[in-house]
Amino acid sequence: MTKPVVVLENVDMIFGEGAADQVHALKEIDLQIEQNDFISLIGPSGCGKSTLLRVVGDLIQPTSGMATINGKSARQARLDQDYGIVFQAATLYDWRTVAKNVQLPLELMHFSRTERDRRTQAMLELVELTDFAAHYPWQLSGGMQQRVAIARALSFEPSILLMDEPFGALDEMTRERLNLELLNIWRKTNTTVLFVTHSITEAVFLSTRVIVMSARPGRITADIAIDLPQPRNAETRSNVRFFELETEVREALRISEGGQESNRAPA
Amino acid sequence: MSESRQRIWAPIMILVVLVFLWEALVTAFNIQQFLLPKPSSIAGNLVQVVVLDGSASRGDSDAELSLDNGFIVLLSGELTPEVWATMQEARWLEFGLGGRSVSVLRGSNLTPILAASWFTLKEALGGMAMGTLAGVAVALATTRWSATREALLPFAIAANSMPIIAFAPIMNNWFGIDNPFSKMAIVTVMIFFPIMINTLRGLISVDSRSLELMHSYAASDSEILFKLRIPNALPSLFSGLKVAGALAMIGAIVGEYFGGPRIALGVFITQEAALFRFASAWAAILVACLIGITIYLVILFAERLALPWHPTFRA
Ligand SMILES: Nc1ncnc2c1ncn2[C@@H]1O[C@H](COP(=O)(O)OP(=O)(O)OP(=O)(O)O)[C@@H](O)[C@H]1O
Ligand SMILES: [Mg+2]
Repeated sequence: MTKPVVVLENVDMIFGEGAADQVHALKEIDLQIEQNDFISLIGPSGCGKSTLLRVVGDLIQPTSGMATINGKSARQARLDQDYGIVFQAATLYDWRTVAKNVQLPLELMHFSRTERDRRTQAMLELVELTDFAAHYPWQLSGGMQQRVAIARALSFEPSILLMDEPFGALDEMTRERLNLELLNIWRKTNTTVLFVTHSITEAVFLSTRVIVMSARPGRITADIAIDLPQPRNAETRSNVRFFELETEVREALRISEGGQESNRAPA
Repeated sequence: MSESRQRIWAPIMILVVLVFLWEALVTAFNIQQFLLPKPSSIAGNLVQVVVLDGSASRGDSDAELSLDNGFIVLLSGELTPEVWATMQEARWLEFGLGGRSVSVLRGSNLTPILAASWFTLKEALGGMAMGTLAGVAVALATTRWSATREALLPFAIAANSMPIIAFAPIMNNWFGIDNPFSKMAIVTVMIFFPIMINTLRGLISVDSRSLELMHSYAASDSEILFKLRIPNALPSLFSGLKVAGALAMIGAIVGEYFGGPRIALGVFITQEAALFRFASAWAAILVACLIGITIYLVILFAERLALPWHPTFRA
């Protein structure tokens, strides 16, 4: 067995602790992600999915608990450039062209010029933006901007991909195509993916495991293994097991949201 | 395209209408020239036409000469060295030469005004360069070491609230009244604050997600500075420069009101006004305005070159 890539132990995240408006964003999170796992996080808005991603990526420090990534601290993993992150918003640099935006991590990681150009070219082909290489972000639609952000995160083949609703702004066709492309890249590289989505179908289609969360405080309420055969393709969607799993996730979500109320009732 | 053409023509039309109204009103109400000279007599100070021989008028002269100091001379008769020497002196006077009555119908001040403007422009640009360097340097330093921000900001605000009228004579004493550096120092102090505060805002107000992206790549502080903060600060640096460009000419001219060499624009304006040559003073002020506008346009142009990505320049 390989070592787990992500280990979260008893992680708590409280924003503005002690203040009247403190938010208990994550509570007692225990999570283990193996090498080559494709994990989807799903849960109601505000339940702490983005926060969990940011804890794993060492962009915020948890109030308590431990995050271990590739056998080291999250901070060390970040300094070792183990992460590729796609935020909920595209977060492109206005003063860089599309190609230059994709190149940003490659520049920071001191890739050679030819290698930078080669990878940028390949990534732009992947997200079908070759014709827009010289455009500036404001000249792109929201979905196109998000595709640039995806190309940027994939360009340096990070060992862990943290993706926060990367396809939320895309139309159904592009979304399904990019789902397949993402799976392709995931299979070809040794990447481990932590993926946030609001779409049950997308979560089931992509993942090896779906983690269901509930809100206030954000905690993990279900961990569903997706035992659909690999590689996933168009046929996967018509698999009977696909519908069963979709129903299972939907049910878990319903319980997690309903459970919140029943938690309050006895008090 | 047609929209941008309209953007140019609208102000020009308004200007033309205003100038005509001005001319008409001053004439109609017979307003004294020390209160408000006519635009035509202001323009007369900038138009290089000297007519010799009282009877001559433009068009029916025997000769039309363009001389190397910019005068266009219309004269009937010979251009002798004596005539030439007298013309150099001539501004408003009538004079006689070689038994002929010669009158200067319209003496131009363009040459002295341009010379003075050039002198003052150099002061303004020198001050702008120093003020911009100082402002950007302090902004960079306070971004790098945030402790310096708290320490330096009160001084920057104090420098900004210093009345320039009190400060100008002091600089004249420090550097010497004829030394252009005294005026550059005044301009430097005037523009330091707008440059510094605008640059600082751009350096600091970086989108938190953009910063997180840099952190996720483990970028160093200097990489964050060069690849994120400085590009992010350029638009606000240019806003600062536009304010500074307008202030620079004002600062230099105000400095010269408290004394300066005779060739300085501020000194020229004060002297002409003291001699009741108001149209000439107004002509100098007009040129100062035009220079101010030119500085602004140059900054605008540089901004377009430097920030091709900026959404303001959407085609
Ligand atoms: N920096 C912060 N400071 C204070 N509170 C925060 C901060 N970031 C997140 N929160 C709070 O933590 C909770 C979880 O936020 P988070 O962004 O993780 O939700 P989410 O599950 O990603 O929601 P969505 O699906 O809408 O993106 C929210 O109640 C939010 O208000
Ligand atoms: Mg979120």
